[in-house]
Amino acid sequence: MGSLVLEALSKRYGSSTAVERVDLEVAQGEMVALLGPSGCGKTTTLRMVAGFIPPSGGRVLIGGQDVTRAPPYARDTGMVFQSYALFPHMSVAQNVAFGLEMRKVGRAERDERVMEALRLVRLDHLADRLPRQLSGGQQQRVALARALVVNPAVFLLDEPLSNLDAKLRGEVRMEIRALQQRLGLTTLIVTHDQEEALTMADRLVVMERGRVRQVGTAEELYEHPADPFVAGFVGRCNLVSGRLEGGGFRAESGALLRCDSTGAPADAALLALRPERIRLDPDPAGEARITAVTYLGAQTEYHVEQRGTTLLVTRPTPPLGDPMRRLAVGDAVVLSWDAAAVRLLPAA
Amino acid sequence: MLLPAPRRLLFHAAIGAAFLLMLAPVAMVMIISVFRQEIVSFPPPGLTLEWYVNAWARQEFARGFLTSLQVALLATAIGVPLGTAAALALQRSAIKGKGALNTLLLGPLAVPGVVAGTALYMFYLRAEFWLDRDLTATLEGLVAAHVLLTIPWTVRLVSASLQGLDRTAEEAAANLGARPLTVFRRVTLPMLRPGIVAAALFSFIQSFENLELTLLLVGPGRTTLPVAMLSYLEFRIDPTLAAVATVQILLVAGLMLITDRFVKLSRVV
Repeated sequence: MGSLVLEALSKRYGSSTAVERVDLEVAQGEMVALLGPSGCGKTTTLRMVAGFIPPSGGRVLIGGQDVTRAPPYARDTGMVFQSYALFPHMSVAQNVAFGLEMRKVGRAERDERVMEALRLVRLDHLADRLPRQLSGGQQQRVALARALVVNPAVFLLDEPLSNLDAKLRGEVRMEIRALQQRLGLTTLIVTHDQEEALTMADRLVVMERGRVRQVGTAEELYEHPADPFVAGFVGRCNLVSGRLEGGGFRAESGALLRCDSTGAPADAALLALRPERIRLDPDPAGEARITAVTYLGAQTEYHVEQRGTTLLVTRPTPPLGDPMRRLAVGDAVVLSWDAAAVRLLPAA
Repeated sequence: MLLPAPRRLLFHAAIGAAFLLMLAPVAMVMIISVFRQEIVSFPPPGLTLEWYVNAWARQEFARGFLTSLQVALLATAIGVPLGTAAALALQRSAIKGKGALNTLLLGPLAVPGVVAGTALYMFYLRAEFWLDRDLTATLEGLVAAHVLLTIPWTVRLVSASLQGLDRTAEEAAANLGARPLTVFRRVTLPMLRPGIVAAALFSFIQSFENLELTLLLVGPGRTTLPVAMLSYLEFRIDPTLAAVATVQILLVAGLMLITDRFVKLSRVV
């Protein structure tokens, strides 16, 4: 067990930069997610930690030890791959035993630890199967057991859930998080799925084009996004460009939007407002018009146009019989929100 | 999709015709091998296994069979590791001129066997002069020539396996503490097994049945089975040859069936 530290870690391919000076500390027992769109450098960063890609600059420290130049087999990391990467010619038990064999663990102890790891992922009854005889979710759990059985100092997960169907994804997600917390694993997970990152990780690192845009807890990123990219990537967000004017925000389309400008950057050019923070009330005298209604079960989404600016509003679906339930395209409404719910951001 | 009845009938007829076209000559050979009459004629005057006895009794077939077996096994044992190593270099290393190398290694497939055989014969004569030892009509000479037959097949089949190989399994092994050589031995090689087994099978068959390349490289007392069959044909035509060919066909078919039990050939080739 140990901490993981990245210092100014960079990777350049010729003139293009995949990862640019990433600094990050993952404390012992902490789970940190690298989050970003594809091509943002998150997987490259993870592979540099595992030792599959030599960095162009910077350092990787595991448990305080510099492993920047160490080959993958000499690093104490346990990795779970997106494709699971099980050994197709070995049984489940042999797959899990591989890392222990490499560490020259004696047969008796090996068998015991393999069974223990398989029990941990509830697959001890399938120890003799071949990987191809298992379902995707089961293969995923074998991959987890194989990485965990060697007690790695750092646990690495590369998009571990992207090959599972939606229902299974939720289950495995909770399972991984529970294991990680129970075993106190220092964990770095790569994902492009913000829900996955928000629900699993202690802290999130939002990356874009090789750079870290913001590091923080899910709440920090959601409530206080540092820039428009983070605001748009973590959760959904109305982003309206314009400028501060008096006490409000003048949208480019001309609408004056309510906001709290105290402490806002002077160069504020974007107003960020979460769709669930907007109240919506039917009012025949209102100047806003509904342009689309999407029923999503627990929630309903409304697109509302107000003087040339369209805002997305999400509300809990009102009960049957509620006048709100009859809102339809073309209806006049009034929008309102707390001035404090608005974030003012510099231009993208 | 269900085809309308006439079209379905046509479809099945086409499949049947294709099978007939491929299997008729083989079946013919097997049938003739049990005809009693020396000059093949229909209907046969009776059936016999006498030609099989005759084939075995004739030294040249028995010895030719053993020579062919020996040459094919040795050529496979040498050619498959060489071809596998070449495929690994072509697919994995950073060496230059891979395209040219690949073409060169597949070359023996493109050159007509008789041409390659003649070239080898002339080369062997020259080499015999320099080395001051026999090469033509020796086991070494035959094996060396047949290794040429095994390499293109191996390079092709193993390259295809390598291209389809999930490299993250190798990374996972390294991540679990395996050094490069261990990764190769414990993960890469076992994952290539179907391709290598198929390569060995095809190499063996190529060598065992080769006639053209071998023709000039054999000599008295050291003749392969196909060449022995050709020489026999020059002097007589009787069902003995059909009997020999039947044994050959059954051997190859048996090998394929056995191999298919371990590796699904249809998945590799």
